[in-house]
Amino acid sequence: MPTLELIDLEGGYGDTQVLRGVNIHVDRGEIVVIIGPNGAGKSTAIKSVFGLLNITGGEIRLDGEILTNTPPEKVVRKGVCYVPQTANIFPSLTVEENLEMGAYVREGDFQPRLAEVMDLFPPLLEKRNQTAGTLSGGQRQMVAMGKALMLEPRILLLDEPTAGLSPKFRGEIFSIVKTIHATGTPILIVEQNAKQALSIADRGYVMVDGRTVHTGSGMELLEDPKVGEMFLGGGVSNGDAEAASSTPGHIPAQEGSAAP
Amino acid sequence: MIELINFYIVPGLVLGSIYGLGAIGLTLTFGILRFANFSHGETMTLGAYFAWSLVSILGWHPLAVMPLAMVLTVVVILGIDRGFYKPFRSSPTIMLVIASFGMMLMIRSVIQFFWGVQVKTILPGIQLPIEIFGLIRISPKHMVIVGSAIVLMSAVYYLLKYTKIGKAMRAMSDSPELARLTGINTEHVIMATWIVGGSLAAAAGVLLALDSHVQTLMGFKLLLPIFAATILGGVGRPHGAVIGGLVIGLAEELSTYPWIGETPLLNPGYKAGVAFAIMVALLIWRPSGLLRGRTT
Repeated sequence: MPTLELIDLEGGYGDTQVLRGVNIHVDRGEIVVIIGPNGAGKSTAIKSVFGLLNITGGEIRLDGEILTNTPPEKVVRKGVCYVPQTANIFPSLTVEENLEMGAYVREGDFQPRLAEVMDLFPPLLEKRNQTAGTLSGGQRQMVAMGKALMLEPRILLLDEPTAGLSPKFRGEIFSIVKTIHATGTPILIVEQNAKQALSIADRGYVMVDGRTVHTGSGMELLEDPKVGEMFLGGGVSNGDAEAASSTPGHIPAQEGSAAP
Repeated sequence: MIELINFYIVPGLVLGSIYGLGAIGLTLTFGILRFANFSHGETMTLGAYFAWSLVSILGWHPLAVMPLAMVLTVVVILGIDRGFYKPFRSSPTIMLVIASFGMMLMIRSVIQFFWGVQVKTILPGIQLPIEIFGLIRISPKHMVIVGSAIVLMSAVYYLLKYTKIGKAMRAMSDSPELARLTGINTEHVIMATWIVGGSLAAAAGVLLALDSHVQTLMGFKLLLPIFAATILGGVGRPHGAVIGGLVIGLAEELSTYPWIGETPLLNPGYKAGVAFAIMVALLIWRPSGLLRGRTT
């Protein structure tokens, strides 16, 4: 049974429909990446798990249990942790307090887990008493992920963890994702830097216009010429890229859009 | 110089401590519930009246009944939150502000209905000031006020800095949305906010009554300086609120000192305008406050 399943999901914000049929599943121990053009509903798909939108059709299951339209604080208690793209730390709290808040719903002593998470992100250890708002972008991202890991989640949802980071930090974030994955936590990532993300992913989904239109293993999607044309930017000749950008209904590649 | 300390700085600090206590509650509600609570002044008045009744029933010193007055006030405030503010939780801020404005008028009317509008005294008699180093003269009640304020402020500092609920309050003040996503029980945090804010307001009311009298408009008259202190300290920053309170209290008192020539710099009748002038100036030049709070 998959850890997380989104089945024929439809929904949006208020009356605006964003998702028009999303089918995604994440199995135990997998890294799954959602790629697609801007406005395809990738982030919305992740937010749907957290009860942040109005779901009009389909369902969400966590280890088989129905999770559709559960409010965020309850989703957390069930062991799903979500790292939003922006505003994902408490800037006026110290690094350690941020992690402690991550353990808010955890019962009993969180200190042993705090030590484990600090081990995972060594740079945070020396800054543990520093206000999180004063950290660099990459370190903030570490705090945000560390905060989510405090609960030893059943699944981790990451919304564009590398957005706005320099290529150097991007690599760092992906290696952190791999480290987290090595501890056995399944991860679902929405990512603009599709190439790098797919290279560490077990599987990937391509979303266009609120639908999952294509799926395959990370390698398959990387090598798929159609996916390459649409989203990966590089890897195709100039002529092909032009052809892709003139294809009606598709927004051309935007690998560079999140780069500094 | 001695005159400056005894008649301006000491009263300024006394007033400032009371402002500071009030401003902590206001800044917390502003930061966590995201609205300017106009009924905060009336919460103070309510605390003072509870204390007055307790003093006349029990015959104790006002300071001894203060904890009880704080509890009673908190019970009322939590009831008000459940009945009036909770239904507006996800509404636009302006609705909460207006609701709190209505609540201000309602609380005041209820107080006037039950206790009447006559001015009351909570601590009868005149107290002789105590001399310190043969120079500074400070009356015992002023020492009580400043001392109580320091104790209460330290307690709040400890709560926000070291307890789980206090950290959650600061987290929610940073970002309510992320607090929910983190699994923080936001209703508990809101309740804690009312408990802290309500009890400090009640305490401020009792201390103010100790300094002067008990009257139905006492809290409302404090609302403006407290708002000024909140903005001065940076919205959502409790330690800023304390500093803001002291600055406003001192500024009000010092504005009437005869700095130039023999007459007061500012007629004491216009003292209240000082807080307003400071607030306007800050909103123009530094809307985030001295300690860089939120610009809401």
